[in-house]
Amino acid sequence: MKNFLYRMDLKGSPYLYIAPFFLVFAAFGLFPLVYTGWVSLHDWELISDDHTWVGFANYTKLFGDTYFWNALWNTLSIWVMSTIPQLLMALVLAHVLNQRLRAPTFWRMTALLPNITSVAAVALIFAQIFGRDYGLVNYLLGVFGLGHIDWQSGTASSQIAISAMIIWRWTGNNALIYLAAMQAVPRDLYAAASLDGASSFQQLTKITIPAIRPTILFTVIISTIGGMQVLAEPLLFGGASPTGGSDRQFQTLSLYLYEVGFSRFDFGYASTAAWAMFGIIVIAALINYLITSRLRRS
Amino acid sequence: MRLINDGGIRRRRIVAVAGSLLAATLVMTTAACGSDSDTASNEKVKLTVATFGEFGYKALYTEYMAAHPNIEIVERITKTEDHQKNLAAHLATNSGAADIEAIEEGWVGQFTSQPGKFYDWMEYGGAELKSAWPAWKWQQASSPDGKVIGLGTDVGGMAMCYRKDLFAKAGLPTDRAEVSKLWPTWDEFIATGVKFEAAKPGAKFMDGPAVMYRSILGQQPVGIYDGDKVVVDSAPGVKTAWDLTIKAMNAGLSAKIAAWTPDWNTGMAKGTFATLACPSWMMAYIQTQAKDTAGKWDIADVPGGGGNWGGSFLTLPKQGKHVKEASELAKWLVAPEQQAKVFRAVGNFPSTVSLYEDSVIKDFKNPFFSDAPVGAIFSKSVKTMVPQYMGPKSGDVNTAVINGLTRVEQGKQTPDEAWTQVLKDVKALL
Repeated sequence: MKNFLYRMDLKGSPYLYIAPFFLVFAAFGLFPLVYTGWVSLHDWELISDDHTWVGFANYTKLFGDTYFWNALWNTLSIWVMSTIPQLLMALVLAHVLNQRLRAPTFWRMTALLPNITSVAAVALIFAQIFGRDYGLVNYLLGVFGLGHIDWQSGTASSQIAISAMIIWRWTGNNALIYLAAMQAVPRDLYAAASLDGASSFQQLTKITIPAIRPTILFTVIISTIGGMQVLAEPLLFGGASPTGGSDRQFQTLSLYLYEVGFSRFDFGYASTAAWAMFGIIVIAALINYLITSRLRRS
Repeated sequence: MRLINDGGIRRRRIVAVAGSLLAATLVMTTAACGSDSDTASNEKVKLTVATFGEFGYKALYTEYMAAHPNIEIVERITKTEDHQKNLAAHLATNSGAADIEAIEEGWVGQFTSQPGKFYDWMEYGGAELKSAWPAWKWQQASSPDGKVIGLGTDVGGMAMCYRKDLFAKAGLPTDRAEVSKLWPTWDEFIATGVKFEAAKPGAKFMDGPAVMYRSILGQQPVGIYDGDKVVVDSAPGVKTAWDLTIKAMNAGLSAKIAAWTPDWNTGMAKGTFATLACPSWMMAYIQTQAKDTAGKWDIADVPGGGGNWGGSFLTLPKQGKHVKEASELAKWLVAPEQQAKVFRAVGNFPSTVSLYEDSVIKDFKNPFFSDAPVGAIFSKSVKTMVPQYMGPKSGDVNTAVINGLTRVEQGKQTPDEAWTQVLKDVKALL
């Protein structure tokens, strides 16, 4: 008996220890995921009690929905415009923070400040900065005699403004992740490189980046998932309108989902869009995985 | 649909989570209402009242509880937008709604389309109170099949705020009676604007399309809905408001500023535009956004006579366990005496018509707006307003139309192209 208990403890207790997470995940992650799928197969008006089964009609409607595709392309282009500069700047910033600085903690804390600011505050302030008539950016353009840009009305200009918010919020955060990885790179590599006369930039490209490659991939994946879910920035940039501009020029997928679900109360269709987003993220994660394993092999 | 456990690295709000939470609440039906429905006379009845923004009820709750020792009132206040969305979620999951829920005019149509989720005021003493409100206010909270889900708390009314200093610069009259005479109709309002622009006073005549469109639409006998059918493409109401707004934009009167944006607030403070259609709550908005313009504004009648924009209702969700006590409290809160107290305290304009003859409203002047007799101006617009049914898609249709007007303004489309797209967007909503 004692023996049996001992064996149970050895074999069983690890499962007990991890059980809470899986139970919580089942309740708040897995079940909603499945239930959303169930809702998406119905004509499901949020506050109405009759939910008609429609099979995959919502999905066929979604794939023919120009506003859904428009939101997808907007999401992708905002993702590209925000992620690439953000990660490059984070690399450089981390490299600088990795030098011998005075008061290193102060600088690192400062790098994280934009990220702990409320996203609503950031979005509202940036909306003012990019204001057409009284915005700071247009004021500066005016100083150089370049005229005013109506940031909100153009597709590219509005997406640049939104990307700027995302870059502002996440660069420091990613820089700290890179910095943590850089701290683990053996110092004598840099010392040897310095002796051979390598410049700081060469050290970054030849030593640091190869050494922290897995971390870079991690931030790319995280940024991809985050980029798919951009909501607050376009919502507040457009003055709380769920359509993301007069011509939906900066409506992201999340914002479209929000519009359908919480403005039109069309929950069946919103769930369909949610599942489509889920599919897109899975595909993106798969592509990431393939690239990663290929890089690992090389 | 949280896809990965991200260890708190990205705490971005995922929209889908809202959906999952809804679903989760379905599973975890913890009793939302802690009190049991056993209400012996010595037991305290706990009533929850959910409102948004500033209803000015705090002092009234204290007063009511003092008069009714067996009632305990708990208030819940949220942001306007969030409140209506939460209410929808509470109704969808059949749990979490308060005993009394306020609903704003812009959303009321989404809830009157589901009257089964609420107690019908006709069965709780609403019928004998009906005459206290103007017909349109009563109608707004009624479902197409005649059930009444809400009693009116306040209204917006409608007037026209204008900048006296800019009018003087353009050589127009500045006295409010004279100004009201300039524009009995919207066409005359536009003609006045053309005169104003010709004088080159260094400002635009109006802010942008949204506020003008909403004001004109509110005056149409048939707006977005005819009964429970959307008639944007068949009835003239929406098109009339559209055409007049386009006409004003084509005449070059607009400062091309979208409402509720930082540029709009700055424009108000700097005098970028000379007129702004004004429901009563807009006065408070101007006063907070443009503090330094006190005395430069005045208020005249709105073109086209009556009108309303905004205001709210009190409803009794079916989930409530104490409908009798809740209905009595709600009826007391919307009674004229209490609406007058709220008006004195926070300025919400009453919806009960009897007050308009009362000196509290009749003699009310606003010093910020050059002592304009706003009480008389807004009551007139409320009384002459025509009833118009607000359906479940009213808000979304308005968004589509205002987006269309904005596209024309931004030079993306001609008016005809924009209108075609509006009709397409409206069709997609149904």
